[in-house]
Amino acid sequence: MNKTITVRYFAGFREHAGVGEETVSVPAATAGDVYELLKDRHGSEEPLGHCKVAINDEMVDWNTEVVDGDTVLLFPPVAGG
Amino acid sequence: MRICNSPIDPDKLRQLLTDDAAGGFVAFEGWVRNENEGQGVLRLEYEVYAPLAVKEGAKIIEEAMAKFPILRADCVHREGLLEIGECAVWVGVASAHRDEAFTACRYIINEIKLRLPVWKKEHYVNGDSGWVNCERCAAHAHPKRKLAG
Repeated sequence: MNKTITVRYFAGFREHAGVGEETVSVPAATAGDVYELLKDRHGSEEPLGHCKVAINDEMVDWNTEVVDGDTVLLFPPVAGG
Repeated sequence: MRICNSPIDPDKLRQLLTDDAAGGFVAFEGWVRNENEGQGVLRLEYEVYAPLAVKEGAKIIEEAMAKFPILRADCVHREGLLEIGECAVWVGVASAHRDEAFTACRYIINEIKLRLPVWKKEHYVNGDSGWVNCERCAAHAHPKRKLAG
């Protein structure tokens, strides 16, 4: 079943997608599904373990369930410091 | 934990950590370097997702306070465009004795680098630019580097 969610892209993901945020309807059960289903948008071949995800401003695991109305933040590998 | 878009003032930050019970203070400053993996770097651009960077940074400092017998700790990270030599990140720890200050400071900077939603784009001397740690972008900027996986 499709879920309507808001996706936010950062850094290289945003540059690839050409937008910082969009609303999508995807058959995703988990945050990891969102990442896989939107590969064409963020353009990343990075394994999930290299990236991070937050839902509604909380850092979560990739196997966290997504529900209608969630905002899913897709983070490329971080490089602070 | 703070994110700021103006130059970091280490002296001012250090003053905020003074404590009569402290016998030692350790600070780490991460500076913008003019080279990475053999490529000349002109400047760096830091992108920060501040709401979560502040939350995650505060959590890291709390963890350090719980793990090590230290008195005070703080961290500031820059965002935006930084020139060579500028301070990009500052971590300071005050404690009764030096060992725990060194250990906690190292813990905080290591976790900051691993966990904070911060991204760094290098602008190279040759006109290219690339996001650090992004294999796909790095492959473009560093043609000699092999793609992982």
